[in-house]
Amino acid sequence: MKALYNYLKEVAFAFVSLANGLLLTLKYFVTPWKSIITENYPDNRDHPSVADEFAGEVILIHDENNEHKCTACTLCQMACPNNSIQIISKQVETEDGKKKKVLDQWVYHLEMCTFCKQCIDACPQDAIKMINSYELSCFDRSTLTKVLNRPGSKLKEKAKVTPKVQE
Amino acid sequence: MENQTVTPSELKTEEFVVNIGPQHPATHGVLRVEVTLDGETVKDVLPHLGYIHRGIEKMTESLGYKQSIFLTSRMDYLSAHINNHLCALAIEKAAQIEVPARAKAIRIIMDELQRLTSHELWWGSCAMDIGAVTPFFLGFRDRERILELFEQNTGNRLTMSYIIPGGVMNDVRPDFVPKLKALLKSIKDYRKEYDQLITGNYIFQHRTQGIGVLSKEQAISLGCTGPTARASGLSCDIRKLYPYDGYEKLDFKEVIDYGCDNWARYVVRMEEMSQSIHIIEQLLDNLPTGDYRTKLKGVLKLPAGEYYQRVESARGELGVYIVSDGGAKPYRMKFRTPCYSNLGAVKPISVGMKIADLMANMATIDLVIPDMDR
Amino acid sequence: MISMIQFSDVTTWIHQLLSSCMAPWLVFLIELVVAAVAAVVALLVCVIIMVYMERKVAGHMQLRHGPNRVGWHGLCQLFADIIKLLLKESFTPTRADKLLFTVAPVLSLCVSLLALAPISWGPGLVLWNTNIGVLFVTAISSMGVIGILMAGWSSNNKYALLGAMRSGAQIVSYELSAGLSIVTIVALAGTLNTGGIIESQANGWWVLKGHLPAIFAFIIYIIASTAECNRAPFDLAEAESELTAGYHTEYSGMQFGIFYLNEYINMGVVAMIASTLFLGGWQPFYLPFDFPLAHAFNDIMALKFMETWPAWISWVSLAWPLVWFFGKLFLIIFFMMWFRWTFPRLRIDQLLKLEWKYLLPLSIVNLVIVALFIVLGLHF
Ligand code: SF4
Ligand code: SF4
Repeated sequence: MKALYNYLKEVAFAFVSLANGLLLTLKYFVTPWKSIITENYPDNRDHPSVADEFAGEVILIHDENNEHKCTACTLCQMACPNNSIQIISKQVETEDGKKKKVLDQWVYHLEMCTFCKQCIDACPQDAIKMINSYELSCFDRSTLTKVLNRPGSKLKEKAKVTPKVQE
Repeated sequence: MENQTVTPSELKTEEFVVNIGPQHPATHGVLRVEVTLDGETVKDVLPHLGYIHRGIEKMTESLGYKQSIFLTSRMDYLSAHINNHLCALAIEKAAQIEVPARAKAIRIIMDELQRLTSHELWWGSCAMDIGAVTPFFLGFRDRERILELFEQNTGNRLTMSYIIPGGVMNDVRPDFVPKLKALLKSIKDYRKEYDQLITGNYIFQHRTQGIGVLSKEQAISLGCTGPTARASGLSCDIRKLYPYDGYEKLDFKEVIDYGCDNWARYVVRMEEMSQSIHIIEQLLDNLPTGDYRTKLKGVLKLPAGEYYQRVESARGELGVYIVSDGGAKPYRMKFRTPCYSNLGAVKPISVGMKIADLMANMATIDLVIPDMDR
Repeated sequence: MISMIQFSDVTTWIHQLLSSCMAPWLVFLIELVVAAVAAVVALLVCVIIMVYMERKVAGHMQLRHGPNRVGWHGLCQLFADIIKLLLKESFTPTRADKLLFTVAPVLSLCVSLLALAPISWGPGLVLWNTNIGVLFVTAISSMGVIGILMAGWSSNNKYALLGAMRSGAQIVSYELSAGLSIVTIVALAGTLNTGGIIESQANGWWVLKGHLPAIFAFIIYIIASTAECNRAPFDLAEAESELTAGYHTEYSGMQFGIFYLNEYINMGVVAMIASTLFLGGWQPFYLPFDFPLAHAFNDIMALKFMETWPAWISWVSLAWPLVWFFGKLFLIIFFMMWFRWTFPRLRIDQLLKLEWKYLLPLSIVNLVIVALFIVLGLHF
């Protein structure tokens, strides 16, 4: 008798537990407007749910006068764990006749970048930052190697005197 | 010969070898498991590693200490924060760097959130290995909420490189605490759904209870750690045994179960999720203010010597052994990863079981392949 | 369905029309082809709806949208998939048994289509009105395993072989309890003819008026038939986390498509049988109680009020049984999908234990009880 009771109890438990799970999926099924979490990606391009802080790509900050703050000190290049950054500098002669190193090309290999933000951390001038771009795929790998300083841009004069402020 | 009848026991049967993996839905990565089968019964299990070996340990020897940290996120990508934490701790210990209280608190919050994401993903994939597909999506849904929080505060979703020697990379957003509180509340609701859908499910219970028994002695001799070993009654929570970054001040339970089977491992992980929520809640109410990092020199040099540090990752004891010759680069960096040791448990608990149980065993041990191979 | 236009009127009219201008054998041939094509087309339409339904059900249960790119709410997704499958190469592994490998999907498709013959879709709308209808379906559907075994054996793949062996064990054992629960209803209805069984439910579906045994038989049949269709939670033959894709691992292109189609046809057949036996087939809902409200309800359900309407409207009533038939069909199919997207999979020994230790003894006891009911005259 005891065995039969236990047997029936088990069968009842099995049915109740299975029905419990069924109820949950039914709840999701009948309330799709509440439960669906998928984003219709290409349709919501205008208002993507990407956080502003998302580290998508390194850029060199330019202001409205087409000036950047990079002094070509190559600290970021050294900090980068996988050589995604190449700072190509050139020697120019200033008006007072001194030789000076200025940035020629800030080459960024997006295809190798791991978005670790070590370069941002290392830059003493806060010249670079990461932006939240997210559609980075392309057909040709070589288009991912970018020169970040815009043509004709030059060093912001004040940048040399302001030391890095800790945020 | 014609008149001889063959009884079933005399029938010549053959064992055959099946390769589960490297590409297989149940191995969650490129693990190859060579299984010898007798019909449906598993006779032998032989895991082959190396399909995702990237030489991380060797790579660190040519990178600086700071630069090596980003590589560790790629070992166990499901607990990237914890891996980063490990490296940061080891370097701090060696270079005697003081870490601000706020950084410590943020680190622990991130670690526990990471543990939650890892266990939620594990819950989904474990249920999927046992045949239920829907939980996989539920697990991902809940993990996604935490990943969004990571994205907002650390900039990345999976491989954060957020915890660095001296603190954390950047401060959390001002709305971090209220958002996290709301999140924890919804995670608790999700937990109820987990129980409704899978924990209470009769089929699931019968697929896991009494299957894959790993005795305490086996767990010790195989070097198992983490929830896998704690489900066999072995107390091995590094957060309790060798507390770091203020775990000693927090109130939480080390979850131990004596069931030794798949069900025990399941229960331990589910309970650990509650404990993680509990830990975060304690820290949230009085998050220390102040600095979030100690500024370090550009190039970090450790004094010559050997250093070992361990943390409790989502899968078990994660350790790093650093040999420094005083230079800017480590002489040797050796990681002790939990999955590699836990993988050893697959064979002893699966032999003699059905092939479906092998999948369940591998699922509840929670293998992350890049963590084994490095 | 009294005194209104019947399907048999339509078919008789067609028959007379054809006979008036053709030789009898030609009439027979044309009727055969037309009927077969009509049934297969109807079934294919059902399959299309089922596939779409499965994707949407799965999607919504898993917090997704399901297909929503091709056409309005993804309605054309299946057609896109069919085109893709047709354009893909049907690859045969080098060391596979070529003949069996090619024959296997076709064979399983034929077998599942054959099972359609004695199904009664509406009053008088039956391809082969035979007095062994249900027996025929049971006999034919057990042949489905041959196609699966063939596919598993011939692909020369260990996963496929394991999957095929599993499915063999599974289908052969679950046939027993499915058969016994069918016999329960056959005993109650007193006929094997599908039309006859449906007629016997004019005063209430068996699942309602057959007392507890009929309900038990219904539950057992649903479980057993889910297993026979290799649907989750009994999808061991294609358990994707263990055997990647089970017996059709090696199939690609349209050969895979046929197996896929086959799965849905099997589901359809099983659901049709279940609705015929337990839910009254095309009979509308009937309350087997004796009080005025129930009578009024039953009259409305039987479209009694339409009798006084002009004759041309009664053409509309032709669709009424079909609505019920397909409604029940898709209800049962929805249940099978619901199970699939909720439950974990059973292990092979648990599967066999469930059948041999629980379902089979239960259905035998059930059958005995039903026999007692009938002998004692307790049933309606
Ligand atoms: S984010 Fe990291 S990998 Fe990318 S450029 Fe900066 S330092 Fe290099
Ligand atoms: S970006 Fe910053 S760190 Fe890099 S070279 Fe320019 S100033 Fe130096």
